[in-house]
Amino acid sequence: MQKESVSIVLCGEAGQGLQTVEKLIPKILKREGFNVFTFNDYMSRVRGGSNYLEIRVSSKPLRAFVERIDLLIPLNEGKLDRLNKRISKDTLFVGTENVNCKNLGIDLTKLSGNLPGKLFMNTLAIGFISGLFNVDKELMKREIENYFADKDKELINNNVSLSLIGYRTGNDLLMQKKVVFDIKKNNLKNQVILSGNEAIGLGCLAGDCKFIPSYPMTPGTGLMTFMAQHAKKMGIIVEQSEDEIAAINMALGAWYAGARSIVTTSGGGYDLMQEGMSLAGITESPLVVHLAQRPGPATGLPTRTEQGDLNLALYSGHGEFPRIILAPGNFEDACLVSQLAFDLADKYQVPVFILTDQAFLDQTYNLNIEVKNKVQDHFVKTLKDYKRYDLKNTISPRGIPGFGEGLIGVDSDEHDEEGHITENFDVRIKMMNKRMKKLELIKKEVIKPEIYGDKNYKKLIVCWGSSFNAVKEAVENLGKGYAVLYYKQVYPLHQDTEKILKKAKKIYCVENNFAGQFADLINKETGMKLNKILKYNGLPFSVEELTRGLK
Amino acid sequence: MTDKKEFDVVNADIAWCPRCGDFLILSIIKSALAELNMSPENVVLVSGIGQAGKMPQYLRSNFFNGLHGRPIPVATAVKTSNPGLNVIVTSGDGDVYGEGGNHFIHAIRRNPNITILVSNNMIYGLTKGQASPTSQRGFKTPIQTEGVILEPFNPLSTAIALDASFVARAFCGDMEKTKEIIKEAIKHKGLSIVDIFQPCVVFNKVNTYEWFKANTYYLENHNPKDRIEAFRRATETDKLPLGIFYVNNKNTFEENIEAYKIDKKPLFMRRNDQNKIKEIINSKF
Repeated sequence: MQKESVSIVLCGEAGQGLQTVEKLIPKILKREGFNVFTFNDYMSRVRGGSNYLEIRVSSKPLRAFVERIDLLIPLNEGKLDRLNKRISKDTLFVGTENVNCKNLGIDLTKLSGNLPGKLFMNTLAIGFISGLFNVDKELMKREIENYFADKDKELINNNVSLSLIGYRTGNDLLMQKKVVFDIKKNNLKNQVILSGNEAIGLGCLAGDCKFIPSYPMTPGTGLMTFMAQHAKKMGIIVEQSEDEIAAINMALGAWYAGARSIVTTSGGGYDLMQEGMSLAGITESPLVVHLAQRPGPATGLPTRTEQGDLNLALYSGHGEFPRIILAPGNFEDACLVSQLAFDLADKYQVPVFILTDQAFLDQTYNLNIEVKNKVQDHFVKTLKDYKRYDLKNTISPRGIPGFGEGLIGVDSDEHDEEGHITENFDVRIKMMNKRMKKLELIKKEVIKPEIYGDKNYKKLIVCWGSSFNAVKEAVENLGKGYAVLYYKQVYPLHQDTEKILKKAKKIYCVENNFAGQFADLINKETGMKLNKILKYNGLPFSVEELTRGLK
Repeated sequence: MTDKKEFDVVNADIAWCPRCGDFLILSIIKSALAELNMSPENVVLVSGIGQAGKMPQYLRSNFFNGLHGRPIPVATAVKTSNPGLNVIVTSGDGDVYGEGGNHFIHAIRRNPNITILVSNNMIYGLTKGQASPTSQRGFKTPIQTEGVILEPFNPLSTAIALDASFVARAFCGDMEKTKEIIKEAIKHKGLSIVDIFQPCVVFNKVNTYEWFKANTYYLENHNPKDRIEAFRRATETDKLPLGIFYVNNKNTFEENIEAYKIDKKPLFMRRNDQNKIKEIINSKF
């Protein structure tokens, strides 16, 4: 057990306010100087069920899900069944149930005096945790007041006074040394707390995204919500379309008119968008798709996580055309690649995917973030003799209607240089060659996979997207001989892949899916066979299972 | 007035059958644009798939010939991204009312300032003669061998029921009146829909030029602000009325969008403000 990190799990029904804890605790603890990570596992329902929130507090940044529970705080009784395997004899327990671990003998519901304690369990818990970490009481009060600022005075006062009761209870345990944590404080003044959704959203804003037509689908909706919340301030447009088909066609209309645009969806919604993806291919339109993965097929596990749609991104849309697939593994990269997605789409006139998943989007943690929006537009002012698909260049300069003297014609049919329908076989070959040749240019600008861990690695663990942080922590635990190879761009595959892999004695590929889709892609491109470590129950990899599995 | 020839595509290899009603509609649209003094550079034609979907191929302007059923979302986004452009959907009954039916409904709710011109020949021409959403009951085709058993889709009553901004019907055989209706539709601020009867001379041997002439008449002394009356007239089936059924002036989608309330510039002329992004980041401390 790492002494310098604590894993706290709260559980309760939907509607009990776990979200309030998720929003407030990271803010309070980060301001106090602790690194914080949250992960939630929730059911597909608005009320009831059993949801869990994991909060990791640590001396140094640890940003992955762990099985271990150091402190367990149920907000109601009888919801522990799914946690049984994770509770050990060392787990500290706050509650009245008979659980085989260290019961601290505290009943939060009894602390609320005349107030309905059950309604305020979340606030009591916020106070309790704050007290356990001995945070500045005023700081906690301020954060709670800010959070409930738009509520009536009585409600704010009740929340504050109950948080103070919780605080005293937690703080007493600390003072009596019944609970001992050894978490070091850091200067985190310049750091922010973000969710995956927010990190992607900031990247989109920095990438000059101005039009977001989408249809709600978990977990893709979060990005749409973030953009909508800032739409007025930024002067951008978020439109909830009638369906995903409309969304992607709107995005293509926006790009055609010169507005950078993204659609955000999940697998099922993306299925409907595939015709639009293919349209982007033949019209050589830039397009950015945020494909937020969840377990399928069909409705699958709507609120859980998976990395099962790499092949979907890779092969979707009929016909042959080039594409780019990005898959950030941390929030710094989420912001970076989301911004880059727009530039790459614009520059190469191709669709670009940002592949994320539920676990990644719903996590929160503290980080340094800097956004530079140096945007270079790639559309041109046209002259009278402009031809949209000029064959002189592999990438024909992209004009937009109403900017210059030229006319902009684009066509879903095979077309000539002016965009007019053609069935001329020679033109067809020239246009196909021109479109496919862009892939060769794209390959020259692929983001290099990053290596962490022992430079003289014998065992190399390949991962992509959201699995990165858990693999990285596991490799740090394993130490000598281990390294991670992390891909934030999965397609086209970086050309050094084979060279890097060949240095290892044993290669694993860790993926949150059944088939090992990325390992298969590497095999297809390099001929190398990777050992697959897979998980597809709807949860992300835990640090422990990877540490065990990679030994 | 612009010279109508400005809209001609030189050496166009037109794929329509001789006497196809779409030739007339093409000519009518060119005349209407010329008389409205529009320039090709400022017009965007958006279409889907079908014979009518080829319209933009033969009319010199900006164009986006997209996917089957999808011209309306594309047109909406083009107009929304750059409200200064004149955006016109030119497509057919299968495209707009069938494959794209959902977009038709929601475009009316959204009310972008675009015009939708639907060549309605009551048949699928491109795929060689199957029923369309507007085919009449009993109409026999190689697929509907015993005749169509579905109720025909009524675009006018649907649009009026949804409180559309401008609803009209025309018959391309009467070029002069159709042109005037189309001009009114393009001038109208808000979503304007013109359902244009268009004979398919090869596959539809029932709804011919003669049939449309005999089975249509023009609305007279009709108040297009009267929604109930407009709806009643739109549901007439013995003889099919032509003309402007319903006009409802209201704010457009673009006018209702916050992004244009302060800044009128099209989206391509704007840049996301870095300081505002920093402010958002700062709110996450």
